[in-house]
Amino acid sequence: MNILTFAKWIEEAPNWILALPEGLQRLCFQFFQVFVYENRWKFFTDGLGTTFIVTIGALIIGVIIGMLVAIIRSTHDSARRRPNIILRILNGICKIYVTVLRGTPLMVQLLIMGFVVMVPKGNFETVLCAIITLGINSGAYVAEIARSGIMSISAGQMEAGRSLGLNYSQTMAYIIMPQAFKNILPALGNELIALLKETSLVTVIALQDVTKAAQVIVSKSYTATIPYISLAIIYLVLVIILTKLLGILERRLRESDKR
Amino acid sequence: MINVKGLKKAFGENVVLCGIDEHIKKGEKVVIIGASGSGKSTFLRCLNLLEQPTAGNIFFEDVDITDPKNDINRLRRKMGMVFQQFNLFPHMTVKENLKLAPVKLKIMTEEEAEEKALALLARVGLPEKADAYPTQLSGGQQQRIAIARALAMNPDVMLFDEPTSALDPEMVGEVLAIMRELADEGMTMVVVTHEMGFAREVATRVLFMDEGVIAEQGTPEEIFDNPQSPRLKAFLGKVL
Repeated sequence: MNILTFAKWIEEAPNWILALPEGLQRLCFQFFQVFVYENRWKFFTDGLGTTFIVTIGALIIGVIIGMLVAIIRSTHDSARRRPNIILRILNGICKIYVTVLRGTPLMVQLLIMGFVVMVPKGNFETVLCAIITLGINSGAYVAEIARSGIMSISAGQMEAGRSLGLNYSQTMAYIIMPQAFKNILPALGNELIALLKETSLVTVIALQDVTKAAQVIVSKSYTATIPYISLAIIYLVLVIILTKLLGILERRLRESDKR
Repeated sequence: MINVKGLKKAFGENVVLCGIDEHIKKGEKVVIIGASGSGKSTFLRCLNLLEQPTAGNIFFEDVDITDPKNDINRLRRKMGMVFQQFNLFPHMTVKENLKLAPVKLKIMTEEEAEEKALALLARVGLPEKADAYPTQLSGGQQQRIAIARALAMNPDVMLFDEPTSALDPEMVGEVLAIMRELADEGMTMVVVTHEMGFAREVATRVLFMDEGVIAEQGTPEEIFDNPQSPRLKAFLGKVL
């Protein structure tokens, strides 16, 4: 592998760079090395694609699992009589799920899924493994968030729905969940932001996400500053954009609160 | 229409209803009065199984609603209920509140429900609030909408659980006026209330509940002008 040295690069550099002081010249050299040389920026964009796919996939799985667990848990807890055996078993499973997933580090969960349970081969399987692991992990947090949302809705809403002849699931779907969702949106947004950042851990199962991309570039360019600072800025920009989008969604849902 | 036999209800150790037998006929306007804690709300809530009775049977149009084999959701469609706290759905407009159950239960098409909703809003005097959200309305307006929502299902009986207790005094009248109209049209009504004037004027029968039983009952004249039991006399002495 031929290594690009500063001396070699400066020979072919355009005039405006030669006019700069040496410190800035070296900085430009680093930028060139990290992004331009051998089209290395493509590592970042490819990695970003993976980061997006993993985040969105894990989000969908997490929300589905979380909502289901929250509904089971709150149905169990709000039952006035002793709940039936199936509900009690489901509730037990949900409790164990939340305890285990919140009680072990995500990195350890990734290592177990990646090297013990799924052992993915090839890129597609690795992406799938990451999505499933992060989704299951996120589901445990979403479950508790969603449960707090469901419990924040007054019992009168359920009674009103039932008194009109709607059954339990219809009342949940049309009356309780839409209101609960609105209440938990800020907390859910927080979880989404955490999820986006936690995808950086998928490097431990050798997935080429944007963090891995930065590591690869460091190993190729023998410089750490620019790749890692850039990586931080990429995450920061993504989170800021997400925060803005969530704010817009929140305002839309608050429509009915206008007085 | 509603036949209650040996109804008992306990919350854990706390016995609230200790054996109630009552028959409510079609077209009757039954008003239930009594001190708080006497079990009147619990009794009303048992009638559409919002509270599960501990013992006894309740027959609605000759169907035992306490029998788990009978579909309570289907039976509830014919029993409208109005709550003390209104319980409108805050995330929907007024019109959507009225249309939700008829449409989702496939009793009416979207268009039929729309028409019915607008007619009911006109009837409770709030046609201009169709697209407002519940939080934008006063308590009295919300309760009128809640009545309209219950009526949207074309119920055979209306249950009112202290419908004016959460209202500011100046809004009580508008809600009672709607209920009075409803009574005049021949709706079967069971009303738990502290409004003695309304009870005297509208009721065909007044039940006085005390310590989980119906202690005394009769026409408004019998109850208010000629009370028999000392408990009823004491109660009326306090509220009138």
